Amino acid sequence: MSNKNTRVVVAMSGGVDSSVAAALLAEQGYDVVGMMMRLWSDEAMGGAAHNRCCTPEQMDDARRIADQIGIPFYVLDTKDVFRGTVVQYFIDQHREGFTPNPCMECNRHIRFDWLLKNAIALDADYLATGHYARIDQDENGVFRLRKGIDENKDQSYVLSVMGQEQLSKTKFPVGEFPKSDVRKLAAKFGLNVESKKDSQDLCFLGNSDYRTFLTLHAPDVMKSGPIVRKNGEVLGEHQGLSNYTIGQRKGLGISYSEPLYVLAMNPYRNALVVGTRDELGRDTCTVTRVNWVSGNSPTEAFKANVKIRYKAHPQPALVEPIDDERIRITFDDPQRDITPGQGAVIYLDDVCLGGGNIEKFMPETASMIQSLDL
Amino acid sequence: MTPKREVYLDHSASTPVDPRVLEAMMPYFSEVYGNPSSSHTFGRKAEQAIEDARAVVAGILNCKRTEIVFTSGGSESDNLAIRGAGWTAKKQGKPSRLITTPIEHSAVINTVKQMGDVMGFETDIVAVDKYGFVDEDDFRRACENGGAVASIIYANNELGTVQDLTKLSGIAHQQDILFHTDAVQGGGQLPLDVQELGVDMLSLSAHKFYGPKGVGILYIKDGIELESAQSGGSHERGRRAGTHNTPYIVGLAKALELAYAENEQRIEHFTSLRDMLIDGILERLPFAELSGHRENRLPSHASFVLEGIDANALLMHLDMKGIAASSGSACKVGNPEPSDILLAVGYTPEQAKCGLRLSVGTHTTQEDIEYAVDVVVTTVEKLKKLSREFTS
Repeated sequence: MSNKNTRVVVAMSGGVDSSVAAALLAEQGYDVVGMMMRLWSDEAMGGAAHNRCCTPEQMDDARRIADQIGIPFYVLDTKDVFRGTVVQYFIDQHREGFTPNPCMECNRHIRFDWLLKNAIALDADYLATGHYARIDQDENGVFRLRKGIDENKDQSYVLSVMGQEQLSKTKFPVGEFPKSDVRKLAAKFGLNVESKKDSQDLCFLGNSDYRTFLTLHAPDVMKSGPIVRKNGEVLGEHQGLSNYTIGQRKGLGISYSEPLYVLAMNPYRNALVVGTRDELGRDTCTVTRVNWVSGNSPTEAFKANVKIRYKAHPQPALVEPIDDERIRITFDDPQRDITPGQGAVIYLDDVCLGGGNIEKFMPETASMIQSLDL
Repeated sequence: MTPKREVYLDHSASTPVDPRVLEAMMPYFSEVYGNPSSSHTFGRKAEQAIEDARAVVAGILNCKRTEIVFTSGGSESDNLAIRGAGWTAKKQGKPSRLITTPIEHSAVINTVKQMGDVMGFETDIVAVDKYGFVDEDDFRRACENGGAVASIIYANNELGTVQDLTKLSGIAHQQDILFHTDAVQGGGQLPLDVQELGVDMLSLSAHKFYGPKGVGILYIKDGIELESAQSGGSHERGRRAGTHNTPYIVGLAKALELAYAENEQRIEHFTSLRDMLIDGILERLPFAELSGHRENRLPSHASFVLEGIDANALLMHLDMKGIAASSGSACKVGNPEPSDILLAVGYTPEQAKCGLRLSVGTHTTQEDIEYAVDVVVTTVEKLKKLSREFTS
């Protein structure tokens, strides 16, 4: 069947991946429409504080690429909804001592909700993005989210918030290729983007870094406070809780008889809790806001591989449902950097089953709230 | 791709070149190519074409040939009028205040602002009412404070409202202040008799009346001294340096000639389509508001404020349905700002982000308008529903 009556809106950034995605779809004869979202960035951060995903240069690049491919291109104002969801979530989570993943939130609220609905309103059949992941259907017709062919570039982790409805209306054209081939395709299509760098860091920080951003928007979490051991012993002063990550050893500025690691943040006391290597490892955590890609929550515990950061390797674990929203994960081996707020994403081979956000370790939280020493 | 109907409703932005205009221009690219300033035969042929064009324009404006200066378009004409008058007044030690309105085209308002910011000119921006009509009392007050030039737009590009220039120029003249009007939107439609209008300077741009882009005129009444804004050779009696663009000047004159030869039919055609648009949209979208004045408006121009509708998104949807429209609030970079003009006539910043302008032309048909009204109405309803989903 010909693709010409199938309209695909491509979320374009002016970068390699989304440009090649658009060119591939156009080559396949789809009715392709390029779209870019004008996202929020903090104007208080000074300079030409453009969101890194949509600087004037990137807009100009994307527009030029759309012209070359021969597709219409539009920029949509997404600032308010982005500020109200992704950015607010980032700030709130830090305030509560979590380390959020804003890209996941963006996929949840912006790309595969706001943008998808805007695309459908424009009579599109599909939304396409330049993500490295694949979508297929199992023998029962259930849509599956699978890792991209290029394991190093795989982005299924941040897409684990997607459900059946969204997957049925989404295309990831570059997920079928290794990044090196995508760059070659960009050159083949003559798009002049093949040597562009991959984007990094949070887009809404503009010219600044996230510490400066948090100092401005969540000053509480950037205030110095005590570095303490679990027993309340004060060892020094930290520079603001959001400057640290769980498992961090270097840069704490304290001397002790043995190496100490960041165990937890206690936002209630503005305390950074540190401990020895033995205290650090943990083999279990609970996860909330769980999304199951298939739309069906499992009823029984099962073995799977779980990824607890975007760049972490999936680790074997037992996944136990607690209720529709929550699960418990028990790793075969203790993990050093289970970080509340980060995504825990569950895989069987290369199929992403879903995931959620890591909760704080409950007994610890309770004692944090109660204990004035900590 | 699905074949789509194309309906161009952005004639206030630009119009196609009339084939008769293009035909008139053609000999002046490769056949008559001499520099009109040269004294040889090649140059004289080109000079003759330019002077013929000047005579045609002067005839329509009811002025002398020597009062017409050819420029590169409306923006340059506005710049020359304001800078020229301001600088000359300053040089002569006369009152040099610049008086204008908050609903001018950016070529006027930004020139006035720059003259104020960079060159220390005093400026006065006079009040307008909700339709965009200049407040006569406030204008009189501004003029009584003295000044070099008052610049007031003839027909506003976003609101379509047409000013009573005869009355306003009279107020300026009581205080010996020069009166300039940016008549770019009115060109080809409204009366341009400078004696009737009482103006001292008037800007036009050919591409608004089926002529080519990149050519315009400034009418400068005899006896007015203007420092040139673009210095150089002595072209255009020292008022505008630069080799004449012969084919475009010929095109401008031909287009203006046709516009006024066919004025009656065109106005009737424009007005009936415009009224269909206005009535259709206001009837089917009860929350829509007509911006600008209902009667005293440009015959080709319909404009609305559609509160709560993201103008960018609306223009995208219309474009995907083949309809070319515009908005003073939208931009290509997805960063809609409230329109300065809608703010100036009293709309809230939220409303001023939701402007829609539809402007008809000689080729627009009734079927085009029926289609456009249908698409605008269904799209606006769809966008309203969508935006409700994302606001609590």
